[in-house]
Amino acid sequence: MTLPLPTRRDEAWRYSDLDALASVWPLAAPERIALGAGERHSRVMIETSGGIVVRDLVIELAAGARLDMHLLNSGARFGRIAIDVTLGSGAEFNLGGVQIGGGEQVLEIITTVRHAAPEATSRQTIRTVLGGQATGTYLGKVAVARAAQKTDSAQSVRAMLLDRTATANAKPELEIYADDVKCAHGCAVGELDARGLFYLASRGLPPPQAKALMLHAFVAEVFADMEDETARETIEAAALAALEALL
Amino acid sequence: MTRNDERMRMLEIENLQAEVAGTQILKGLSLTLNAGEIHAIMGPNGAGKSTLTYTLGGRPGYEVTGGRATFDGQDLLALAPHERAAAGLFLGFQYPVEIPGVSNVQFLREALNSQRKQRGETPLTGGEFLKIARAQADALGLSMDMLKRAVNVGFSGGEKKRNEMVQMGILDPKLAILDETDSGLDIDALRVVGDGINRIMRKPDKAVLLITHYQRLLDYVQPDFVHVLAVGRIVRSGGPELAHELEREGYGAMAA
Ligand SMILES: Nc1ncnc2c1ncn2[C@@H]1O[C@H](COP(=O)(O)OP(=O)(O)OP(=O)(O)O)[C@@H](O)[C@H]1O
Ligand SMILES: [Mg+2]
Repeated sequence: MTLPLPTRRDEAWRYSDLDALASVWPLAAPERIALGAGERHSRVMIETSGGIVVRDLVIELAAGARLDMHLLNSGARFGRIAIDVTLGSGAEFNLGGVQIGGGEQVLEIITTVRHAAPEATSRQTIRTVLGGQATGTYLGKVAVARAAQKTDSAQSVRAMLLDRTATANAKPELEIYADDVKCAHGCAVGELDARGLFYLASRGLPPPQAKALMLHAFVAEVFADMEDETARETIEAAALAALEALL
Repeated sequence: MTRNDERMRMLEIENLQAEVAGTQILKGLSLTLNAGEIHAIMGPNGAGKSTLTYTLGGRPGYEVTGGRATFDGQDLLALAPHERAAAGLFLGFQYPVEIPGVSNVQFLREALNSQRKQRGETPLTGGEFLKIARAQADALGLSMDMLKRAVNVGFSGGEKKRNEMVQMGILDPKLAILDETDSGLDIDALRVVGDGINRIMRKPDKAVLLITHYQRLLDYVQPDFVHVLAVGRIVRSGGPELAHELEREGYGAMAA
Protein backbone atom coordinates (compact mmCIF):
# COMPACT_ATOMS: atom_id res chain seq x y z
CA MET A 1 0.00 0.00 0.00
CA THR A 2 1.46 3.36 -0.99
CA LEU A 3 0.24 6.43 0.82
CA PRO A 4 -0.44 9.46 -1.32
CA LEU A 5 2.19 12.17 -1.24
CA PRO A 6 1.28 14.79 1.39
CA THR A 7 0.22 18.25 0.28
CA ARG A 8 0.67 21.69 1.83
CA ARG A 9 -2.77 21.33 3.29
CA ASP A 10 -1.43 18.73 5.71
CA GLU A 11 -0.38 20.82 8.67
CA ALA A 12 2.59 18.53 9.40
CA TRP A 13 3.95 19.08 5.87
CA ARG A 14 3.04 22.69 5.44
CA TYR A 15 6.59 24.07 5.28
CA SER A 16 8.27 21.01 3.77
CA ASP A 17 10.09 20.75 0.47
CA LEU A 18 7.48 18.57 -1.21
CA ASP A 19 9.42 18.27 -4.47
CA ALA A 20 12.36 16.87 -2.58
CA LEU A 21 9.99 14.62 -0.69
CA ALA A 22 8.48 13.31 -3.93
CA SER A 23 11.89 12.09 -5.01
CA VAL A 24 12.16 9.79 -1.98
CA TRP A 25 8.49 8.82 -1.74
CA PRO A 26 7.23 6.39 -0.52
CA LEU A 27 9.07 6.54 2.75
CA ALA A 28 10.44 3.54 4.56
CA ALA A 29 8.46 2.34 7.55
CA PRO A 30 9.09 4.42 10.69
CA GLU A 31 11.79 3.35 13.09
CA ARG A 32 10.22 2.06 16.27
CA ILE A 33 11.64 2.49 19.74
CA ALA A 34 9.88 0.90 22.67
CA LEU A 35 11.20 1.17 26.20
CA GLY A 36 9.80 -1.19 28.82
CA ALA A 37 8.75 -0.16 32.31
CA GLY A 38 11.53 1.73 34.09
CA GLU A 39 13.98 1.39 31.21
CA ARG A 40 16.34 4.24 30.40
CA HIS A 41 17.90 5.06 27.11
CA SER A 42 19.76 7.91 25.39
CA ARG A 43 19.80 8.52 21.70
CA VAL A 44 21.95 10.92 19.70
CA MET A 45 21.21 11.69 16.06
CA ILE A 46 23.58 13.72 13.96
CA GLU A 47 22.32 14.46 10.48
CA THR A 48 25.07 16.38 8.75
CA SER A 49 25.27 14.70 5.37
CA GLY A 50 23.73 16.39 2.33
CA GLY A 51 20.86 15.19 0.18
CA ILE A 52 17.40 14.41 1.35
CA VAL A 53 16.94 12.99 4.81
CA VAL A 54 13.53 12.06 6.13
CA ARG A 55 13.53 10.34 9.51
CA ASP A 56 10.41 9.06 11.10
CA LEU A 57 10.44 7.75 14.65
CA VAL A 58 7.61 6.22 16.59
CA ILE A 59 8.40 5.87 20.25
CA GLU A 60 6.60 4.24 23.13
CA LEU A 61 7.69 4.70 26.68
CA ALA A 62 6.14 2.37 29.22
CA ALA A 63 5.54 3.37 32.84
CA GLY A 64 8.55 5.07 34.38
CA ALA A 65 10.71 4.73 31.27
CA ARG A 66 12.95 7.60 30.23
CA LEU A 67 14.35 8.56 26.85
CA ASP A 68 16.84 11.39 26.32
CA MET A 69 17.23 12.38 22.69
CA HIS A 70 19.63 14.90 21.26
CA LEU A 71 19.70 15.69 17.63
CA LEU A 72 21.46 17.89 15.16
CA ASN A 73 19.70 18.51 11.86
CA SER A 74 22.06 20.50 9.69
CA GLY A 75 23.29 18.85 6.54
CA ALA A 76 20.42 18.02 4.28
CA ARG A 77 18.93 20.00 1.41
CA PHE A 78 15.63 18.78 2.84
CA GLY A 79 16.07 17.37 6.33
CA ARG A 80 13.04 16.29 8.29
CA ILE A 81 12.98 14.52 11.61
CA ALA A 82 9.51 13.49 12.75
CA ILE A 83 8.98 12.02 16.18
CA ASP A 84 5.79 10.59 17.60
CA VAL A 85 6.07 9.67 21.27
CA THR A 86 3.53 8.07 23.56
CA LEU A 87 4.22 8.36 27.27
CA GLY A 88 3.03 5.87 29.85
CA SER A 89 2.49 6.83 33.45
CA GLY A 90 5.46 8.61 35.01
CA ALA A 91 7.50 8.27 31.82
CA GLU A 92 9.95 10.97 30.81
CA PHE A 93 10.87 12.21 27.35
CA ASN A 94 13.59 14.81 26.84
CA LEU A 95 14.36 16.18 23.42
CA GLY A 96 17.12 18.62 22.60
CA GLY A 97 17.21 19.59 18.96
CA VAL A 98 19.45 21.92 17.00
CA GLN A 99 18.93 22.89 13.38
CA ILE A 100 21.51 24.86 11.46
CA GLY A 101 21.01 25.71 7.81
CA GLY A 102 21.89 28.12 5.05
CA GLY A 103 21.52 28.38 1.30
CA GLU A 104 18.18 26.93 0.29
CA GLN A 105 18.07 24.24 2.94
CA VAL A 106 14.73 23.21 4.38
CA LEU A 107 15.06 21.71 7.85
CA GLU A 108 12.31 20.61 10.15
CA ILE A 109 11.61 18.90 13.41
CA ILE A 110 8.04 17.72 13.80
CA THR A 111 6.96 16.21 17.08
CA THR A 112 3.83 14.77 18.56
CA VAL A 113 4.07 14.00 22.25
CA ARG A 114 1.14 12.03 23.60
CA HIS A 115 0.70 12.12 27.34
CA ALA A 116 -1.55 9.09 27.59
CA ALA A 117 -1.23 8.40 31.33
CA PRO A 118 -0.70 10.42 34.52
CA GLU A 119 2.48 12.02 35.78
CA ALA A 120 4.60 11.83 32.68
CA THR A 121 7.11 14.54 31.83
CA SER A 122 8.17 15.88 28.46
CA ARG A 123 10.77 18.53 27.75
CA GLN A 124 11.61 19.85 24.33
CA THR A 125 14.31 22.42 23.69
CA ILE A 126 14.82 23.44 20.07
CA ARG A 127 17.32 25.97 18.75
CA THR A 128 17.48 26.85 15.08
CA VAL A 129 20.04 29.02 13.28
CA LEU A 130 19.29 30.04 9.72
CA GLY A 131 21.10 32.01 7.04
CA GLY A 132 20.60 32.61 3.34
CA GLN A 133 17.18 31.55 2.12
CA ALA A 134 16.96 28.60 4.46
CA THR A 135 13.73 27.54 6.12
CA GLY A 136 13.69 26.02 9.59
CA THR A 137 10.54 24.68 11.14
CA TYR A 138 9.48 23.25 14.45
CA LEU A 139 5.95 21.93 14.77
CA GLY A 140 5.35 20.43 18.15
CA LYS A 141 2.04 19.06 19.28
CA VAL A 142 1.54 18.04 22.88
CA ALA A 143 -1.63 16.00 23.38
CA VAL A 144 -2.72 15.39 26.94
CA ALA A 145 -5.37 12.71 27.37
CA ARG A 146 -8.17 13.02 29.92
CA ALA A 147 -6.47 10.44 32.12
CA ALA A 148 -3.10 12.14 32.04
CA GLN A 149 -3.41 14.18 35.22
CA LYS A 150 -0.23 15.80 36.60
CA THR A 151 1.30 15.97 33.16
CA ASP A 152 4.36 18.17 33.10
CA SER A 153 5.30 19.35 29.66
CA ALA A 154 7.57 22.10 28.40
CA GLN A 155 8.58 23.38 24.99
CA SER A 156 11.24 26.01 24.54
CA VAL A 157 11.69 27.00 20.93
CA ARG A 158 14.01 29.70 19.67
CA ALA A 159 15.31 30.59 16.26
CA MET A 160 18.02 32.99 15.19
CA LEU A 161 18.01 34.50 11.72
CA LEU A 162 21.35 35.60 10.30
CA ASP A 163 19.77 37.03 7.17
CA ARG A 164 16.41 38.68 6.59
CA THR A 165 15.87 36.23 3.73
CA ALA A 166 15.75 33.17 6.00
CA THR A 167 12.48 31.89 7.42
CA ALA A 168 11.72 30.32 10.76
CA ASN A 169 8.41 28.65 11.58
CA ALA A 170 7.77 27.71 15.16
CA LYS A 171 4.49 26.29 16.32
CA PRO A 172 4.03 24.70 19.68
CA GLU A 173 0.50 23.35 19.89
CA LEU A 174 -1.35 22.09 22.95
CA GLU A 175 -4.34 19.77 22.99
CA ILE A 176 -5.30 19.26 26.61
CA TYR A 177 -8.13 17.14 27.95
CA ALA A 178 -6.95 16.77 31.54
CA ASP A 179 -7.36 19.59 34.06
CA ASP A 180 -4.43 19.19 36.43
CA VAL A 181 -1.49 19.73 34.09
CA LYS A 182 1.51 21.98 33.70
CA CYS A 183 2.25 22.83 30.07
CA ALA A 184 4.75 25.58 29.41
CA HIS A 185 5.73 26.78 26.02
CA GLY A 186 7.76 29.67 24.76
CA CYS A 187 8.88 30.53 21.31
CA ALA A 188 10.91 33.37 19.90
CA VAL A 189 12.53 34.29 16.62
CA GLY A 190 15.31 36.85 16.73
CA GLU A 191 18.57 38.11 15.37
CA LEU A 192 22.03 38.23 16.92
CA ASP A 193 22.30 41.03 19.45
CA ALA A 194 24.11 43.87 17.64
CA ARG A 195 25.30 45.38 20.92
CA GLY A 196 26.91 42.09 21.90
CA LEU A 197 28.57 41.76 18.52
CA PHE A 198 30.03 45.25 18.76
CA TYR A 199 31.21 44.61 22.31
CA LEU A 200 33.09 41.50 21.17
CA ALA A 201 34.47 43.28 18.09
CA SER A 202 35.68 46.17 20.26
CA ARG A 203 37.85 43.63 22.08
CA GLY A 204 39.42 42.46 18.85
CA LEU A 205 37.22 39.66 17.54
CA PRO A 206 36.51 39.73 13.79
CA PRO A 207 32.75 39.53 13.02
CA PRO A 208 32.67 35.83 11.97
CA GLN A 209 34.43 34.80 15.17
CA ALA A 210 32.20 37.02 17.30
CA LYS A 211 29.10 35.57 15.65
CA ALA A 212 30.37 32.02 16.05
CA LEU A 213 30.89 32.59 19.79
CA MET A 214 27.38 33.93 20.27
CA LEU A 215 25.72 31.30 18.11
CA HIS A 216 27.66 28.54 19.78
CA ALA A 217 26.35 29.76 23.12
CA PHE A 218 22.85 29.85 21.64
CA VAL A 219 22.89 26.18 20.59
CA ALA A 220 25.19 24.75 23.30
CA GLU A 221 22.43 25.14 25.86
CA VAL A 222 20.61 22.28 24.15
CA PHE A 223 23.46 19.85 24.73
CA ALA A 224 24.54 21.09 28.17
CA ASP A 225 22.63 18.39 30.08
CA MET A 226 24.03 15.41 28.14
CA GLU A 227 25.49 12.88 30.53
CA ASP A 228 27.72 11.14 28.02
CA GLU A 229 30.64 13.55 27.75
CA THR A 230 32.04 12.02 24.57
CA ALA A 231 28.68 12.13 22.82
CA ARG A 232 28.23 15.74 23.89
CA GLU A 233 31.61 16.74 22.53
CA THR A 234 30.89 14.99 19.25
CA ILE A 235 27.54 16.63 18.65
CA GLU A 236 28.82 20.05 19.81
CA ALA A 237 31.77 19.86 17.46
CA ALA A 238 29.44 18.93 14.59
CA ALA A 239 27.18 21.86 15.47
CA LEU A 240 30.13 24.25 15.65
CA ALA A 241 31.38 23.08 12.25
CA ALA A 242 27.91 23.66 10.80
CA LEU A 243 27.81 27.16 12.32
CA GLU A 244 31.23 28.05 11.00
CA ALA A 245 30.20 26.92 7.54
CA LEU A 246 27.32 29.42 7.72
CA LEU A 247 29.44 32.45 8.63
CA MET B 1 51.70 71.12 32.67
CA THR B 2 52.88 72.49 29.38
CA ARG B 3 52.42 70.60 26.24
CA ASN B 4 55.49 69.03 24.77
CA ASP B 5 55.13 68.92 21.04
CA GLU B 6 58.07 66.54 20.72
CA ARG B 7 55.87 63.84 22.14
CA MET B 8 54.32 61.25 19.90
CA ARG B 9 50.82 62.07 18.76
CA MET B 10 48.59 59.22 19.88
CA LEU B 11 45.16 60.40 18.83
CA GLU B 12 44.36 63.37 16.70
CA ILE B 13 40.71 64.22 16.13
CA GLU B 14 39.99 67.03 13.73
CA ASN B 15 36.60 68.60 13.17
CA LEU B 16 34.83 65.27 13.69
CA GLN B 17 31.17 65.17 12.75
CA ALA B 18 28.94 62.18 13.30
CA GLU B 19 25.30 61.27 13.07
CA VAL B 20 23.20 58.79 14.96
CA ALA B 21 19.85 57.79 13.45
CA GLY B 22 19.96 60.77 11.12
CA THR B 23 20.65 63.33 13.87
CA GLN B 24 23.97 65.09 13.98
CA ILE B 25 25.47 64.63 17.44
CA LEU B 26 29.17 65.42 16.99
CA LYS B 27 29.44 68.85 15.42
CA GLY B 28 33.07 69.49 14.62
CA LEU B 29 34.99 68.04 17.54
CA SER B 30 38.74 68.48 17.72
CA LEU B 31 41.09 67.00 20.30
CA THR B 32 44.68 65.79 20.40
CA LEU B 33 46.22 63.32 22.85
CA ASN B 34 49.95 62.66 23.00
CA ALA B 35 51.53 59.52 24.32
CA GLY B 36 52.00 59.67 28.07
CA GLU B 37 48.97 61.91 28.63
CA ILE B 38 45.71 61.46 30.44
CA HIS B 39 42.84 63.65 29.32
CA ALA B 40 39.49 63.97 31.04
CA ILE B 41 36.30 64.91 29.26
CA MET B 42 33.39 66.26 31.24
CA GLY B 43 30.12 67.59 29.97
CA PRO B 44 26.38 67.63 30.46
CA ASN B 45 24.14 64.63 29.83
CA GLY B 46 23.41 64.19 26.17
CA ALA B 47 26.40 66.29 25.06
CA GLY B 48 27.79 63.47 22.91
CA LYS B 49 30.46 61.89 25.12
CA SER B 50 29.32 58.32 24.58
CA THR B 51 28.71 59.12 20.93
CA LEU B 52 32.35 60.17 20.66
CA THR B 53 33.41 56.89 22.31
CA TYR B 54 31.31 54.75 19.99
CA THR B 55 32.26 56.73 16.90
CA LEU B 56 35.95 56.25 17.66
CA GLY B 57 35.28 52.56 18.29
CA GLY B 58 33.43 52.17 14.98
CA ARG B 59 30.06 51.09 16.29
CA PRO B 60 27.59 50.44 13.47
CA GLY B 61 24.98 53.20 13.32
CA TYR B 62 27.45 55.94 14.29
CA GLU B 63 28.05 57.50 10.93
CA VAL B 64 30.98 59.83 10.39
CA THR B 65 29.88 62.68 8.14
CA GLY B 66 33.00 64.81 8.31
CA GLY B 67 36.41 65.31 9.85
CA ARG B 68 39.26 62.93 10.63
CA ALA B 69 40.69 60.81 13.41
CA THR B 70 44.26 59.59 13.29
CA PHE B 71 45.43 56.98 15.78
CA ASP B 72 49.11 56.29 16.04
CA GLY B 73 49.63 57.55 12.50
CA GLN B 74 46.81 55.54 10.89
CA ASP B 75 43.40 56.61 9.70
CA LEU B 76 41.35 55.26 12.59
CA LEU B 77 38.00 55.73 10.87
CA ALA B 78 39.01 53.48 7.96
CA LEU B 79 39.47 50.47 10.25
CA ALA B 80 36.83 47.91 11.27
CA PRO B 81 36.13 47.79 15.02
CA HIS B 82 38.24 44.66 15.59
CA GLU B 83 41.12 46.22 13.65
CA ARG B 84 40.95 49.31 15.86
CA ALA B 85 41.30 47.00 18.87
CA ALA B 86 44.28 45.24 17.31
CA ALA B 87 45.83 48.64 16.60
CA GLY B 88 45.70 49.26 20.36
CA LEU B 89 42.38 50.99 21.06
CA PHE B 90 40.28 49.95 24.06
CA LEU B 91 36.76 51.15 24.88
CA GLY B 92 35.50 51.06 28.43
CA PHE B 93 31.72 50.96 28.04
CA GLN B 94 29.38 53.18 30.04
CA TYR B 95 26.98 50.23 29.94
CA PRO B 96 28.95 46.99 29.52
CA VAL B 97 26.97 44.49 27.48
CA GLU B 98 25.73 41.14 28.81
CA ILE B 99 26.39 38.18 26.54
CA PRO B 100 24.62 35.05 27.76
CA GLY B 101 26.45 31.77 27.37
CA VAL B 102 29.80 33.26 26.32
CA SER B 103 32.39 32.97 29.06
CA ASN B 104 34.65 35.92 29.85
CA VAL B 105 37.88 33.96 29.80
CA GLN B 106 37.04 32.13 26.63
CA PHE B 107 36.15 35.25 24.71
CA LEU B 108 39.07 37.25 26.09
CA ARG B 109 41.54 34.57 25.13
CA GLU B 110 40.11 34.47 21.62
CA ALA B 111 40.06 38.26 21.46
CA LEU B 112 43.65 38.63 22.65
CA ASN B 113 44.91 35.94 20.30
CA SER B 114 42.98 37.45 17.44
CA GLN B 115 44.60 40.82 18.17
CA ARG B 116 48.01 39.15 18.32
CA LYS B 117 47.37 37.40 15.04
CA GLN B 118 46.38 40.67 13.36
CA ARG B 119 49.65 42.16 14.64
CA GLY B 120 51.65 39.18 13.42
CA GLU B 121 52.44 37.91 16.93
CA THR B 122 52.25 34.29 18.07
CA PRO B 123 49.13 33.20 19.98
CA LEU B 124 49.28 32.62 23.73
CA THR B 125 48.72 29.11 25.07
CA GLY B 126 45.86 28.47 27.48
CA GLY B 127 48.33 28.43 30.36
CA GLU B 128 50.04 31.67 29.41
CA PHE B 129 46.70 33.38 28.98
CA LEU B 130 45.30 32.18 32.31
CA LYS B 131 48.35 33.48 34.12
CA ILE B 132 47.75 36.98 32.73
CA ALA B 133 44.00 36.78 33.35
CA ARG B 134 44.50 35.67 36.94
CA ALA B 135 46.96 38.46 37.69
CA GLN B 136 44.59 41.11 36.29
CA ALA B 137 41.53 39.68 38.05
CA ASP B 138 43.44 39.60 41.35
CA ALA B 139 44.63 43.18 40.94
CA LEU B 140 41.05 44.34 40.43
CA GLY B 141 39.46 42.15 43.08
CA LEU B 142 37.39 40.08 40.67
CA SER B 143 37.39 36.34 41.38
CA MET B 144 38.43 33.83 38.72
CA ASP B 145 34.98 32.33 39.22
CA MET B 146 33.40 35.52 37.96
CA LEU B 147 35.85 35.68 35.11
CA LYS B 148 34.72 32.23 34.02
CA ARG B 149 31.06 33.21 34.03
CA ALA B 150 29.17 34.51 31.03
CA VAL B 151 30.22 38.02 30.02
CA ASN B 152 28.65 40.50 32.48
CA VAL B 153 25.58 38.29 33.00
CA GLY B 154 24.31 38.73 36.53
CA PHE B 155 27.18 41.10 37.40
CA SER B 156 26.33 44.11 39.56
CA GLY B 157 26.94 47.53 38.09
CA GLY B 158 30.24 47.85 39.93
CA GLU B 159 31.36 44.34 38.97
CA LYS B 160 30.75 45.15 35.32
CA LYS B 161 33.02 48.17 35.59
CA ARG B 162 35.72 46.14 37.33
CA ASN B 163 35.38 43.57 34.58
CA GLU B 164 35.98 46.31 32.01
CA MET B 165 39.24 47.12 33.77
CA VAL B 166 40.25 43.45 33.99
CA GLN B 167 39.72 43.24 30.24
CA MET B 168 41.78 46.38 29.73
CA GLY B 169 44.56 44.86 31.81
CA ILE B 170 44.53 41.65 29.81
CA LEU B 171 44.38 43.35 26.40
CA ASP B 172 46.99 45.95 27.39
CA PRO B 173 45.97 48.68 24.90
CA LYS B 174 47.89 51.79 23.85
CA LEU B 175 44.89 54.07 24.09
CA ALA B 176 41.91 53.62 26.40
CA ILE B 177 38.71 55.61 26.09
CA LEU B 178 36.90 55.06 29.36
CA ASP B 179 33.27 56.15 29.31
CA GLU B 180 32.09 56.77 32.86
CA THR B 181 34.03 53.84 34.24
CA ASP B 182 33.57 55.46 37.65
CA SER B 183 29.78 55.59 37.66
CA GLY B 184 28.17 52.88 39.75
CA LEU B 185 31.31 52.21 41.79
CA ASP B 186 31.34 52.22 45.58
CA ILE B 187 34.06 54.16 47.38
CA ASP B 188 36.47 51.23 47.69
CA ALA B 189 35.88 50.05 44.13
CA LEU B 190 36.55 53.57 42.89
CA ARG B 191 40.01 53.43 44.43
CA VAL B 192 40.67 49.94 43.06
CA VAL B 193 39.59 50.99 39.57
CA GLY B 194 41.56 54.24 39.78
CA ASP B 195 44.67 52.31 40.83
CA GLY B 196 44.02 49.89 37.96
CA ILE B 197 43.88 52.68 35.39
CA ASN B 198 47.14 54.14 36.70
CA ARG B 199 48.88 50.77 36.82
CA ILE B 200 47.81 49.64 33.36
CA MET B 201 47.79 52.89 31.43
CA ARG B 202 50.02 55.51 33.03
CA LYS B 203 53.04 54.83 30.84
CA PRO B 204 55.06 56.97 28.50
CA ASP B 205 53.82 55.09 25.42
CA LYS B 206 50.12 55.06 26.33
CA ALA B 207 47.28 57.52 26.64
CA VAL B 208 43.86 57.68 28.27
CA LEU B 209 40.68 59.58 27.50
CA LEU B 210 38.66 59.56 30.69
CA ILE B 211 35.00 60.51 30.43
CA THR B 212 33.52 61.34 33.81
CA HIS B 213 30.96 63.47 35.58
CA TYR B 214 32.81 63.68 38.88
CA GLN B 215 36.04 65.02 40.33
CA ARG B 216 36.41 62.02 42.65
CA LEU B 217 37.84 59.71 39.94
CA LEU B 218 40.23 62.49 38.97
CA ASP B 219 41.54 62.50 42.55
CA TYR B 220 42.90 59.02 41.84
CA VAL B 221 43.72 59.35 38.17
CA GLN B 222 45.09 62.84 37.81
CA PRO B 223 44.52 64.20 34.34
CA ASP B 224 47.00 66.33 32.48
CA PHE B 225 44.19 68.08 30.63
CA VAL B 226 40.47 68.55 31.20
CA HIS B 227 38.02 69.32 28.40
CA VAL B 228 34.38 70.27 28.37
CA LEU B 229 32.23 68.66 25.71
CA ALA B 230 28.93 70.40 25.10
CA VAL B 231 26.50 70.03 22.21
CA GLY B 232 28.87 67.98 20.12
CA ARG B 233 32.17 69.81 20.43
CA ILE B 234 34.92 70.70 22.85
CA VAL B 235 34.00 74.10 24.18
CA ARG B 236 36.72 74.57 26.74
CA SER B 237 40.04 73.00 27.68
CA GLY B 238 42.31 73.52 30.63
CA GLY B 239 44.39 71.86 33.29
CA PRO B 240 43.17 69.79 36.26
CA GLU B 241 41.87 72.94 37.94
CA LEU B 242 39.10 73.13 35.34
CA ALA B 243 37.47 70.04 36.83
CA HIS B 244 37.36 71.74 40.24
CA GLU B 245 35.88 74.83 38.71
CA LEU B 246 33.18 72.78 36.98
CA GLU B 247 32.40 70.95 40.19
CA ARG B 248 31.89 74.30 41.93
CA GLU B 249 30.08 76.18 39.22
CA GLY B 250 28.47 73.62 36.92
CA TYR B 251 28.17 73.92 33.18
CA GLY B 252 25.66 76.77 33.23
CA ALA B 253 28.37 79.39 33.35
CA MET B 254 29.79 78.26 30.03
CA ALA B 255 26.60 77.48 28.13
CA ALA B 256 27.58 76.83 24.56
N1 LIG C 1 20.66 55.51 18.93
C1 LIG C 1 20.31 56.81 19.07
N2 LIG C 1 19.22 57.29 18.43
C2 LIG C 1 18.87 58.59 18.55
N3 LIG C 1 19.54 59.47 19.32
C3 LIG C 1 20.60 59.03 19.97
C4 LIG C 1 21.06 57.69 19.90
N4 LIG C 1 22.15 57.56 20.66
C5 LIG C 1 22.38 58.76 21.19
N5 LIG C 1 21.46 59.64 20.79
C6 LIG C 1 21.36 61.07 21.21
O1 LIG C 1 22.63 61.63 21.07
C7 LIG C 1 22.84 62.59 22.09
C8 LIG C 1 24.18 62.31 22.76
O2 LIG C 1 24.10 61.10 23.48
P1 LIG C 1 25.34 60.52 24.27
O3 LIG C 1 24.95 59.20 24.78
O4 LIG C 1 26.54 60.61 23.40
O5 LIG C 1 25.48 61.58 25.45
P2 LIG C 1 26.48 61.58 26.69
O6 LIG C 1 27.24 62.86 26.62
O7 LIG C 1 27.25 60.35 26.74
O8 LIG C 1 25.48 61.67 27.91
P3 LIG C 1 25.54 61.02 29.39
O9 LIG C 1 26.34 61.96 30.21
O10 LIG C 1 24.11 61.04 29.82
O11 LIG C 1 26.11 59.65 29.28
C9 LIG C 1 21.65 62.50 23.02
O12 LIG C 1 20.78 63.56 22.73
C10 LIG C 1 21.02 61.18 22.66
O13 LIG C 1 19.64 61.19 22.88
MG1 LIG D 1 27.32 58.76 28.00
